[in-house]
Amino acid sequence: MKKQPSYMDSVHRDGRIWGIFMGIILLLFPLAISIIFKTSPNYEVLLKGIFATAPMYWAVGIVEIFTYVPMLGAGGTYLSFITGNISNLKLPCAIDAMERANVKASSEEGEVISTISIAVSSIVTTIIIIIGVICIVPLTPILESPVLEPAFDMILPALFGGLAVVFISKNLKLSIAPVILMLVLFIFVPALNAGTVGIMVPVGVLFTVGVARILYKKGML
Amino acid sequence: MKFNVNHPVLYVIVGVIIACVLAQSVYFLVRAMKRAKQLGIKSETIKKTISSSAVFTIAPAIAVLVGVVALSKSLGVALPWLRLSVIGSITYETVAAGNALEAAELSAGTTITDPSIFVTIAWVMTIGIAAGLVFVPFVTKKIQTGLSKIGMKDKKWGEIFNNAMFLGMISAFLGYVFCDVGSVFKGDTSGLIPVCVMLTSAIVMAVCGGLATKFKIRFLTDYALPLSLVLGMASAIPYTALLGGK
Repeated sequence: MKKQPSYMDSVHRDGRIWGIFMGIILLLFPLAISIIFKTSPNYEVLLKGIFATAPMYWAVGIVEIFTYVPMLGAGGTYLSFITGNISNLKLPCAIDAMERANVKASSEEGEVISTISIAVSSIVTTIIIIIGVICIVPLTPILESPVLEPAFDMILPALFGGLAVVFISKNLKLSIAPVILMLVLFIFVPALNAGTVGIMVPVGVLFTVGVARILYKKGML
Repeated sequence: MKFNVNHPVLYVIVGVIIACVLAQSVYFLVRAMKRAKQLGIKSETIKKTISSSAVFTIAPAIAVLVGVVALSKSLGVALPWLRLSVIGSITYETVAAGNALEAAELSAGTTITDPSIFVTIAWVMTIGIAAGLVFVPFVTKKIQTGLSKIGMKDKKWGEIFNNAMFLGMISAFLGYVFCDVGSVFKGDTSGLIPVCVMLTSAIVMAVCGGLATKFKIRFLTDYALPLSLVLGMASAIPYTALLGGK
């Protein structure tokens, strides 16, 4: 008799199928426009645009996979890397959900809670954007109002302030070194800013894991 | 067919792709909920996870919508709608569209009328961010298997390892909050705005946590993060007025 695949195996199998399917569908968008409007890309502009964009974002993208997959879980990964907005939405949402449900990211319970939270977050985001697109004319003056602009600009500080309280208070000893390192780096290295924070996430993760290993080996955690 | 950036056919194609994205999310949601029941996770926990994740998502999703509006001036609504619903993030899409527009020698506010330029920009935005699409289906299982081995060898270290990763990410973003603090010494106090917003959000979170434990208010535990997020964002308005923004 054929062995029934485990839940995790089936998540990986389905995740791969959906991932490849979505990848193909996304490439069909520019292809469809070319066919419908009987046009082709301007190859000179295309190459210039890709060379200006792809090297940095592919490098960041590859590093992000290795950084975020362990935190998002399998189902969460397959969904998040399709729907995007990982660090500013999906991952904090999943971390908060696992924390409140009191499950560990490495357990199957954590995997399931993370997947539920990321799936709900993806669905809600998609629906809000659909509503926004339908109502774009009346909404534009509100969304672009100079009064609200600072609020939308400050989403990351507002998000990580709350999240930091939860995690730092629970892991005080482990937090000191990475927080000090990152503060010093971001304050004194001018090249580090909103555009480069993505590169610093894996640096922070590797450094903290290293510190954790040392503290753990010394019996301090 | 005569092209324009808001041609109905573009909305139809994007609508179909977005429907697939929704289908994928619903599929994984249903599967995970079924598995959660098999694992004996209380249905109350599942419901709370769903409701607080949904509430938490509202403010960041509206911020994504702001990105769609910003990009719609040159690209129409359909392309930014697609790009910000699938893989995209606000920071990336703005840069990618900017690079492509620059390569085409167009300024950011110009509405594109040439279908060839439009399709070129669509390709640049799609290919530029496709690393995840290409690699995730093939490497996720390997990474996960490697990690579960660490967890199986030493359970306590497995848990510390996970916490260390979360903390590493959080500390990077905390550092980012302070990136413009140095400008204070040049007389520009606007660099303090993110720091004040972060502190406000942290205080709201700490107060929520304190009240929830002392008075056993479950509601506050469940919605502490969205509350700290929204109040933190709102606090940016008076801070910007006070400390000076752009």
